[in-house]
Amino acid sequence: MGFFLTLLTLVVLLGVTWRYLGSYMEAVFNGRVHFLGFIEKPVYKLLGTSPSQEQTWKRYASALVIFSAVSIAFTYVILRIQGSLPLNPQHLSSVGSALSFNTSASFVTNTNWQNYGGETTMSYFSQIGALTVQQFVSPAVGIAVAIAMVRGFSRRKSATIGNFWVDITRCMFYILLPVAFVFGIIFVGQGAVETLAGTASFHDVLNGVTQTIARGPIGFMESIKQLGTNGGGFLNANSATTFENPTGLTNFLSIYLLLAIPFALTYTFGKMVGSIRHGRALLAAMVILFGVWVGFTSYGEHQNNPVVAAAGIHSTVGNTEGKEVRFGDTSSALLGIASTSTSTGSANGSYDSYTPIGGLGLLTGMMLGEVTPGGTGSGLYTMLLYALIAVFIGGLMIGRTPEYLGKKIQAREVKLAGLGALVMPMVVLIITAIAVSLAVGRAGPLNAGPHGFTEILYAITSQGNNNGSAFGGLTGNTPFYNVIGGIAMLLGRFAIIIPALALGGALAEKDVVPESLGTFRTDNPMFVGLVIGVILIIGGLTFFPALSLGPIVEQLSHTRFF
Amino acid sequence: MLIHLRRSLIMAVICMIFFGFIYAFAGTGVAQVLFKNQANGSLTANGSTLIGQNWTSPKWFHGRPDDTGPYADTNPKNPSPVGHGGDNPLVANGAAGGSGATNFGPRSKKFLDDTKDLVKYWHKLGVNPTPDLVTTSGSGYDPDISQQDALVQIPMVSKATGISASKLRTLIKSQTHSAEFGFLGSSYIDVLQLNEALARLG
Repeated sequence: MGFFLTLLTLVVLLGVTWRYLGSYMEAVFNGRVHFLGFIEKPVYKLLGTSPSQEQTWKRYASALVIFSAVSIAFTYVILRIQGSLPLNPQHLSSVGSALSFNTSASFVTNTNWQNYGGETTMSYFSQIGALTVQQFVSPAVGIAVAIAMVRGFSRRKSATIGNFWVDITRCMFYILLPVAFVFGIIFVGQGAVETLAGTASFHDVLNGVTQTIARGPIGFMESIKQLGTNGGGFLNANSATTFENPTGLTNFLSIYLLLAIPFALTYTFGKMVGSIRHGRALLAAMVILFGVWVGFTSYGEHQNNPVVAAAGIHSTVGNTEGKEVRFGDTSSALLGIASTSTSTGSANGSYDSYTPIGGLGLLTGMMLGEVTPGGTGSGLYTMLLYALIAVFIGGLMIGRTPEYLGKKIQAREVKLAGLGALVMPMVVLIITAIAVSLAVGRAGPLNAGPHGFTEILYAITSQGNNNGSAFGGLTGNTPFYNVIGGIAMLLGRFAIIIPALALGGALAEKDVVPESLGTFRTDNPMFVGLVIGVILIIGGLTFFPALSLGPIVEQLSHTRFF
Repeated sequence: MLIHLRRSLIMAVICMIFFGFIYAFAGTGVAQVLFKNQANGSLTANGSTLIGQNWTSPKWFHGRPDDTGPYADTNPKNPSPVGHGGDNPLVANGAAGGSGATNFGPRSKKFLDDTKDLVKYWHKLGVNPTPDLVTTSGSGYDPDISQQDALVQIPMVSKATGISASKLRTLIKSQTHSAEFGFLGSSYIDVLQLNEALARLG
């Protein structure tokens, strides 16, 4: 009953957000929001650019790539020298080179994979000045790509697709900053910690326990961590800790925040292309797949843990291993699936200890390509790639030149969409194959048997999809995993962004062909079904063999323990 | 290209100032003014109500076994060199590494052995354990237990303290927090608050 009410509240809140945040974002990117003009204009002046200076897709992409490279360099350098920087009350030493590379690639690509425990590795300077900064920048870059690609559909015979600097500036100041700040206050009010005073120590006279507790500027990192589908927490155990996610309410708000922008962008898309129905069709495909995955995973986690059952303990409260009492089984699983379906990757429990069915839900939530609803921006632009493939397949079936929103989808567009959709499976499967073939890779897992393989597969899937969640048992802080993980994250991000922008550029140049009787409809339930089919077929065909070696065989091996 | 590089450098600095330092410092300022207690970690005389502690004496209600029984000093990957238990959140599960879970998979033999040991541990204390009491949490310092988890410990606490079972039952009921707004998350009992109330009772 409680879980049903939670879902109902979530649907209502997200519905309202979809409509109003969606239309607000359209206004922001079309330059009709100015309340922070006194900051926005000086920023453009410093950069030497202005909203009227539009860029071709190539210039847009090269600005993006160079800015990302500079962001990686900034983050890397700060981590490497944090031992000599201020705001380091725990006197933590500088971070090693392999881990610094992995972490900076991770936060710049919106992955937030963490091969470290935050409270014992990162100084406040690094958390604030390097990591939190990228939690604003990386979602803004993702959203900018999505908006630039959508301009490809909404413009006719245009050589340009917007200005990268203007798009990210507007996104950060008008969308991310105000929302993150307000929710930061709510999180702290609920009990999240926000202080620069360092650790706290005390002695409990009742039980003789002496504790030293890690603290820090956590609450405000928490809100942008979820809103920007980042997922990199301040503390090692992420949203499972009370200092990041203190109550059932903050758990719910976390779920709401990480779904808000990815869903709302479909409204923004619809408004920009002048057909809300098209936005609604993409939303429907996202919601249906998301709903199925929520049901599947919460069912899985509502079962007892096989080990606890084997030890003779009956459970009416689901799988409690690695979960916090204040959330319970189903609400834990809801955040789990929301965070793996959105490229957030924040965890409010140990995903490694999920039942095989629950773990399968998390893993496949990522393997669908992060489109249900996917990350901030990345969800929409990847979904549009799948939509174009669906249009192409639909066009083949009825023997007409495929069109989407009046734009002819020709060989070049289909090739780019196919490339964008296939990069992720290739990266994930090839790197997983390398990891399991080498002794250094096989040394990583904590658990034996099929679960050990799943730990490796999960890590590479998570990084290749820019998700960042983990089956925490894998020892990832080795030179091998730091480097291959960093490569997977960079490919999983930029090898999709560049085809997406190229597609935007190619489409912007085209004129619109008028709709005719024979035009294949792309805003009706049949198209929704076709898109869902394409997503499931691509995901299923590429990943089923790997999955059957991991969670599937684990589920089927009754009464066996490894 | 050079213009992109110049703009990138300027933008990186702007972002570091605004979304790093101004954001975090303004947030900390607002938090310290509006919610001083929460912002500093919900500290009380005996510790933070949000951080679980190790309760080993049968005089007290116990929390989840994040740091008791087989988990007192075990981290299969990184055994603690100093041999202390998990009292210290900066040394969760006996290993320096802060918060964290055991990460045992659902078909782990080691996990099965540990769980069987925990069942024995509870039986020795006269408690019929619930699932929460034989599994560890996600953070490694879950401060809470469910009402059922507390109720099954009544025989142990009653025997050790001499307080009647019905009094303890009333105490547990009065210390139960309902789910937020009645439906978000689960209802729970904060173990530190429960034991502080128990201390006042005894």
